[in-house]
Amino acid sequence: MTQTELKATPASSPPPHGHGETRKWTDYFTFCTDHKVIGIQYLVTAFVFYMIGGAFATAMRTELATPDPDFVTPDVYNGLLTLHGTVMLFLWIVPAGAGLANYLIPLMIGARDMAFPKLNAIAFWMIPPSGILLLSSYFFEPPSAGWTSYPPLSLTTGQLGEGIWIMSILVGGTASILGAINFLTTILRMRVPSMPLTSMPLFCWSMLATSFLILVSTPVLAGALILLAFDLLAGTNFFNPTGGGNPIVYQHMFWFYSHPAVYIFVLPLFGAISDVIPVHARKPIFGYRAIAYSSLAISFLGLIVWAHHMFTSGTPPWMRMFFMITTMVIAVPTGVKVFGWVATLWRGKIAYTSAMLFALGFIATFLIGGISGVMLAAVPFDIHVHDTYFVVAHFHYVLFGGAVFGVYMAVYHWFPKMTGRMMNEFWGRIHFVLTFVGMNLTFMPMHELGMRGMNRRIALYDPQFTDLNVVATVGSYILAVSTIPFIINAVWSWLYGPEAPANPWRALTLEWQTTSPPMIENFEELPVLKTGPYDYGLGYIPDRDPPELYGEEVPA
Amino acid sequence: MQGSAVDTSDAMMGVAQESAAHPEEHPDHRVFGLILFLVAESMIFAGLFSAYLAFRLVAPEWPPAGTPELEVLLPGVNTLILISSSFVIHQADSAIKKNDVAAMQRWFGITAAMGAVFLVGQLYEYSHLEFGLTTNLFASTFYALTGFHGLHVFVGILLMLAVLWRSRQANHYSKEEYFGIEAAELYWHFVDVVWIILFLLLYIL
Repeated sequence: MTQTELKATPASSPPPHGHGETRKWTDYFTFCTDHKVIGIQYLVTAFVFYMIGGAFATAMRTELATPDPDFVTPDVYNGLLTLHGTVMLFLWIVPAGAGLANYLIPLMIGARDMAFPKLNAIAFWMIPPSGILLLSSYFFEPPSAGWTSYPPLSLTTGQLGEGIWIMSILVGGTASILGAINFLTTILRMRVPSMPLTSMPLFCWSMLATSFLILVSTPVLAGALILLAFDLLAGTNFFNPTGGGNPIVYQHMFWFYSHPAVYIFVLPLFGAISDVIPVHARKPIFGYRAIAYSSLAISFLGLIVWAHHMFTSGTPPWMRMFFMITTMVIAVPTGVKVFGWVATLWRGKIAYTSAMLFALGFIATFLIGGISGVMLAAVPFDIHVHDTYFVVAHFHYVLFGGAVFGVYMAVYHWFPKMTGRMMNEFWGRIHFVLTFVGMNLTFMPMHELGMRGMNRRIALYDPQFTDLNVVATVGSYILAVSTIPFIINAVWSWLYGPEAPANPWRALTLEWQTTSPPMIENFEELPVLKTGPYDYGLGYIPDRDPPELYGEEVPA
Repeated sequence: MQGSAVDTSDAMMGVAQESAAHPEEHPDHRVFGLILFLVAESMIFAGLFSAYLAFRLVAPEWPPAGTPELEVLLPGVNTLILISSSFVIHQADSAIKKNDVAAMQRWFGITAAMGAVFLVGQLYEYSHLEFGLTTNLFASTFYALTGFHGLHVFVGILLMLAVLWRSRQANHYSKEEYFGIEAAELYWHFVDVVWIILFLLLYIL
């Protein structure tokens, strides 16, 4: 565009709506349809619930510091246990993933917003009621059947709380489904014309897989919960064996959602780490297509492994064989990803930023959780350690190692983009060390406890388990403390941190090619892809590449 | 903007000018989104149908001893009404593509009436059944499945009434803009297909 054309612009034309404006802090408390506002709303809400769920966990660990139920009564413990699990899964990890997806997908694919902005806002505003509903149940009659809510236990204990629990999950699940519809439509239909699927950042691939899983599996959980609600409220006997019902059917329906759900929790972070590592290691991602397609493989296989949660539920042998094999097979695409990340790090110019540290912590802890997962897939071993602390150790390595480290990593990496301010790296490292040490101290002893036969979900235990439980409790206090530097760092940096440049990490994906924080509607003009998402250190070849390609070689 | 050849202020003006000359086009993704929603809906029904089959396969006797026989004639007629209504609602789609709003309204009215007849027929059947919601496992699944489907029929009728209400305004629907009609039609076909499976499972098998 030339200067003459500029002058020809009529003086009376309205000012470019939205472009260049920034958000007021009050916008974050409104029904706003901007995907960036909604993304931050999701993330902050999720983090608040993470604090609440963490407080429950700390109370439980305090109780478990001694064999006797002296800190809280067993009834209170059961309520804490149920709410801890439910809050962490449905109100922390799922909304945190949705928050990242909301913020990043449109920016990464060069869209101005999500496909259905209003639906997006509706989906977010279902999360706070769902959470408040769930937490309120604690004050009436806490649900105490665990986050799995197996009947007949869930039909006989804490019935009022159980009803509220069902209501809360139905609301949260609906929000999740509406979000998935939005993500799928946005990714599949709204990419800039120059971006084929195979040039998408890997985060978008992983959200494609996640959204597919949400869309297919969450409704089945809704079906199970509706039937459970009938049993609870209308006196039917779908799942109550005393009335001729079949509780195993509930388990099948529940795990048909809740096993894929662990991939719903962790796949967004698989995508995020695939975007973080190449930037901070200054190398192209190793095996782009392998990592992209393995997300799809995980989401397909994730749908056919659910009964490995039910090896002790009287499942017939052929079913055990089938689900044992599929469960072991799903380690393959996951291993492909881990291999790709490690190979990307190999001989990279690794910058040990807080984001990179959390990425490394993610790989290390997730790997341990993955290996114990393969152990648990073996039927005889699973029957041996079923319902012991070994299982607790396994899924905390996967979920804490995958999801919590992943979310922290994503926050450190994208914070400059979201807020326009840099976070403090020193306190970021302190935060990492505390989290990493606390996490391993808390959950590593649980492997041993489980192998020795300590049952999970019980407020009291035999005295010979005391020592390792004390270690775990100390670890959990370190974890609780570890969040303090993070909160102070995040709040202080948001207010007073040094201003972030548009592209502080010299990254190539599209979200970094706009201002920090991005203007309303994201881009001045829709970007055109000039490079692949991870072409670090490949250099600029003058004869082949257009001159505006990088301006200069992208430094390795 | 990193690596961009154009100066920032130029780009800014470019957008302003563009939006003044021809407002940005927003391609319509609503049908795509609705189809995804129906995928999710069909998974609820798939879950409930699988639960029904699981209950049935594990039970020593199905339906449990003492369950009164289901009458097939009335639900059979009801099924025919619902299936034909799918053809009727398709006429509305053809009509609006010819810009014939009056015909569209007529076909939608007929479809909504057929849906209402179906619901009344179902309520009539409920009131004459000899078992209640909590009689046994078969009775519970019967009421849960047909009731959940009936709820969907009811929502479908509401969608059609909403379309009729909006179509009073001239030019609200035309051959260029008829998403509401298409959505109601797709939803109705979905409800119809679900009923066929449900009817086979509960009454025939």
